[in-house]
Amino acid sequence: MNSSITVVKVGIADLGIVQAPNLIRTSGLGSCVGVIIYDLPNKIAALVHVMLPDSALFKGDKLNKAKYADTAIQETVRLLLDYGAKKFHFKAKIAGGSQMFTFSSGSDMMRIGPRNVEEVKKQLSKLRIPIISEDVGGSNGRTIEFDPNTGKLNIRTVNQGIKEI
Amino acid sequence: MTYPYELTPLHLDLLKEIGNIGAGNAATSLSKLLNRKINMKVPDVKIISFDEMMEVVGGPEQVIASVFVRIQGDATGSIFFVLSPEEASKFVGEMIGDESFQFGEPPFSELGLSAYTELGNILSGSYLSALSDFTQLNLQPSVPSISVDMVGAILTFGLIELSQVADHAILIDTILQDEKYHLEKVRGHFFLLPDPDSFQTFFQSLGVSSNE
Repeated sequence: MNSSITVVKVGIADLGIVQAPNLIRTSGLGSCVGVIIYDLPNKIAALVHVMLPDSALFKGDKLNKAKYADTAIQETVRLLLDYGAKKFHFKAKIAGGSQMFTFSSGSDMMRIGPRNVEEVKKQLSKLRIPIISEDVGGSNGRTIEFDPNTGKLNIRTVNQGIKEI
Repeated sequence: MTYPYELTPLHLDLLKEIGNIGAGNAATSLSKLLNRKINMKVPDVKIISFDEMMEVVGGPEQVIASVFVRIQGDATGSIFFVLSPEEASKFVGEMIGDESFQFGEPPFSELGLSAYTELGNILSGSYLSALSDFTQLNLQPSVPSISVDMVGAILTFGLIELSQVADHAILIDTILQDEKYHLEKVRGHFFLLPDPDSFQTFFQSLGVSSNE
C-alpha cells in the first residue's frame, strides 16, 4: 500500500478529480448535494459539490459550472473523460440535499435540498449514469469521502454517526 | 448595481454601522437576560468566498449551535446567531436553571432546544428592530429555526439567494463576548447576510447611492 495517500478536498461549488490510492472528500453538505461519478476499473473518481438546481438565474459573465446541477454533471463527465476514464464504466453515488431548517412558509428557497437532488438525478439519467447508492434528504449535515479503489462512499454525520454506502 | 459588489470605503463603513447598531442592541438584550456584562467587538465586514466564510467559525465540519432567522419586509436577508455547542449549553443551562444541560449528545432535550430558540429569537429580534429603527425600513424576522450541526450545512443555507448571482458573500460579523466566561473564550457570532438586491435598499435608506 502506498503510504502517501492524499485526500483531495473539494470546497463549496467546487469540483475535484482523483485516482486511487488517493481519496476525495467534501465537508459540511447541507442542502448542497455531493455527486460522485466514478470509473471503478480505472479507479478514477470525480466529486462535485452542487449548491443550486439550475443556472438559469445567473446573470454574470463567469459561470461557475460546478455550482449548478444542470451544468455540474456535464462538466464532471467532461473532466473525467479528459482524465482518461471510460464513459461505459461510469456509476454515481450521491449524498446531501438536506432541509436544514424548516419554516411554515414553504417557499421554493426552503425546498432547495430536495430540488437539488431532483435535478442531479435528472441530469444523471439524461447521461444514462446509474445511481448505485444514495443518502439524501433528512435535516442533517454530511461529510463524505470516496475511495476510488473500493468504490465505497463514507458518510459522516453529527447526529447519526458514520455509515458507508 | 454591478456585481461583484462595487463597494467604496463609505459603503463598508455603513455596513459596519449596521452591524454595530444591530448587534449592540442584541448584546444589551443578552446582557439583561443573563444579568451581567456582555462585551461586543467592532463588527467586521468581509467580502469573502463561500469556503472562506466557513473558516470564520472553524471550517465546514465544525459543529455549531445556530439560530437562523430570515429577514422579510423592505429588505431581505439572513441572520445567524452562532455559538459553539458548549457555549450554547452554558447559556441554555442558565436560562432553564439546569446547569447539566448539554447540546453534546442527541436527542436534545425539548426544553433546551426551545430555550435556545427563544434566546436566538430575542437576540435576532433586537438586532432587527435596531436595524429597522436606524434605516427606517420595515424589517420583520421570520419564526426562528434552530440547528446543531456542521458549519457548512448551516451557513450555506443563508447563501442560497446570494449564490444564484454571486460567488462571494458580504458578511457582517459581530462577535459577542460574555464577561463571565471571558477566559474560556465564549464567543458568539452574529452574521448578517443581506440578499444581493437589498444592499441598494440599505444604502438608499441611509441616503447613500450604491454607485457613489
